Amino acid sequence: MKYLVWLMVIVLIIAHQNWNWDDQTLVFGFIPIGLAYHAGISIAASIVWFLAASFAWPK
Amino acid sequence: MSPGLTRFVIIIVYLAALLGLSVFSSRMSRGTKSDYLLASHSIGPFLLLMSLFGTTMTAFALVGSTGEAFKEGIGVYGMLASSSGIIHSLCFFLIGVKVWGFGYKYGYTTQIQFFRDRLESDMIGVLLFPILVGLVIPYLLIGVMAGGTVIETMTGGPGLTGAFPEMFPSDNPGANGGLPSQYGSLLICAVVLIYVFFGGMRGTAWANTFQTLVFMVLGVVTFYFIAMKLGGQDSFMESLKACSEAVSAEKATRADMSKSKFFTYLLVPFSVGMFPHLFQHWLTAKSANSFKLPVVAHPVFIMIVWVPCVLIGIWATTSLVPAKPPLPTLPNGVVNANAILPFLVKTQTGAALGGLLTAGILAAIMSSLDSQFLCVGTMFSTDIVSHYFGKDKFDDKTQVLIARVFIIAIVAITYFLSLQGYKSVFAMGVWCFSGFASLFPLVFAALYWKRLTKAGAFAGVLATVASWLFLFQKSGFGSNRKFTIDLAGYEIMPVVAIFACSLIAMVGVSLVTKPPSDATLARFFPES
Repeated sequence: MKYLVWLMVIVLIIAHQNWNWDDQTLVFGFIPIGLAYHAGISIAASIVWFLAASFAWPK
Repeated sequence: MSPGLTRFVIIIVYLAALLGLSVFSSRMSRGTKSDYLLASHSIGPFLLLMSLFGTTMTAFALVGSTGEAFKEGIGVYGMLASSSGIIHSLCFFLIGVKVWGFGYKYGYTTQIQFFRDRLESDMIGVLLFPILVGLVIPYLLIGVMAGGTVIETMTGGPGLTGAFPEMFPSDNPGANGGLPSQYGSLLICAVVLIYVFFGGMRGTAWANTFQTLVFMVLGVVTFYFIAMKLGGQDSFMESLKACSEAVSAEKATRADMSKSKFFTYLLVPFSVGMFPHLFQHWLTAKSANSFKLPVVAHPVFIMIVWVPCVLIGIWATTSLVPAKPPLPTLPNGVVNANAILPFLVKTQTGAALGGLLTAGILAAIMSSLDSQFLCVGTMFSTDIVSHYFGKDKFDDKTQVLIARVFIIAIVAITYFLSLQGYKSVFAMGVWCFSGFASLFPLVFAALYWKRLTKAGAFAGVLATVASWLFLFQKSGFGSNRKFTIDLAGYEIMPVVAIFACSLIAMVGVSLVTKPPSDATLARFFPES
C-alpha cells in the first residue's frame, strides 16, 4: 500500500503537468476549464495525502 | 465620517482585537525558553495547520495572485497554487515529520543546530547563518512594504473621501488623505512586534490561527461582493457567468504561457523545505501525528484562497470594470497589477466592507511577518549568542530576554530598510524562493542520505551561492522580472540551474570525501 501511495503522488505530479492548455470551455458556466482542472488537482492532492497519512505515515 | 476614515477605524479595531488575543495567549506562557521559542512542543493539529498555512500564504496569496492573474491569466493557478499544494505537503511529510522527531529528541530550536550535529561541523552554521538571514530579510521587506501600501491605498481617496485629507494631501487621488505608507508600515511592525514580544511562539500560533481564519473568510466574502457588483445580475450564479463570459481567450486559457516555464516552476515550492521560520513551526508540534491534518488540508486551503483571487484577477481585464475611476497605474503608465485587488475592494464595495476586507489583506501579511521576525530573533540568540558564549552561562529568563532584544532589533532594521524605497523588492520574491529551493537537496540529503559529508554540504551551499549570485546579476539584480534561461530553445526558470549546481556539487564531493562517523550515523539513522 505504501508503494501504491507513492505511485499516486507521482501520477499526481504528471497530471499537474497539457490537454486543456488552450480550451476555452467554462465549467459550471463560470470557471475556465484550465482553472477547474487545476482546482481538481488540488482536491486530488488532498485525497492522495490523506491516503499517505493513513497508509504510509513514517515510523 | 468619510469612507477613508471608516476604513481606517475598522483597521484599528481589527489590530486592537489582535493585540487582545495576544494578551490572552501570553497568559498561557510558562516563561521558559522552550515555551517562548517553541510553545513547549504543545501545538496540536488544528493550530499547526493554521500556523503553517498562514505562514506560507503571504501578501502574495491575496494581492499578488490577483495581480498575476490580471497579467498572465488563469495559468498562474497551476503554476503557483496547485503545484504548491502538492509540493508543500510533500515537504511537511518528508522533511517536517522527520525534523520534528530529531528536534524533539535532541532539543533543537533552529535548522543550524540540526545541521551542525548532522554534519559534525561548527563552520556549517557560520556559512548558513548569513545566507538564511539574507534570504529572509527581503521576504520581510515585502510584507512590511505591502502592508504600508495597502493601508495608504485603502484609507486614501479623491477630495474629502480620504481619512485625513488635510493632514496628508497628495497629488495621487487614490492616496490623497490616506495614512502615508511609512506610517502604515510602522503600525504593522509595531502590532506584530508587540504580540511576538509578549506572546513568543505560542502568541504567534494563536495570532496566525485567528488571522488565517480572517483572511480565508474575508477572501470568500470579497469574491461574492465583487462578483455581484461586476456581474450586475440578480443571482450570484448569473453574475459569475456574466463575469467569466466577458473574459478574453488569452486570459481564460494557458495558451500564452511557456510550457517549459510552467514545468520548471514546480521546483520553486520546494523552498518551504528550507524556510527557517517553517522549520521552527514544525518543532512546535505536540506529536508527529499533529502533521497529518496540515499535510491533508493544505492543498484544499490553497484552493479556497487562490481560486477566487485568480477569477477576480481575470475579471479585472474585462470591460465590466467601470472606466472611472481608472485602474491604478505605475509611474510608467502601466497598470499596477498588485493594486488591482485593493482597487476593486475600494471601488466595488462599501466603506465598512472595504475596511473589513483590508483587515483580511493585512491578516495575510502579518501572519507571515510574525513567524519570520520570531525566527530571525531565535537564530541570533540561539545560533550566535548561546552557541558561542555558552548556553550554560545564561538562565532561561536571560535567554528569553536575549531573544526579545534581537526581535526588537530585527523589526527596527526591517522597518528602516523599508523606508529606503527599494521598489524592486517585490521582484525579489521569486529569487528568495529560488535560493531556499536550491538548498532543499541539503536538508533532504541530511535526513535521508547517510553518505552526505561535511565537505559535500559545504560544496552544495557554496555552489548554490555562486550560481544564485551569477544568475541574479544576469537578471539585472532582479530588475528583469521575466528573466529565464534559454536551454536548447526551452525557456526555463533560474531555479533549475541553481538547484542542479547545488545537487551535483553536494553529491559529487560527498562521494569522494570521508563519510560521517559511526556515532553520527547511529544518531541520525537509528533504523540501520
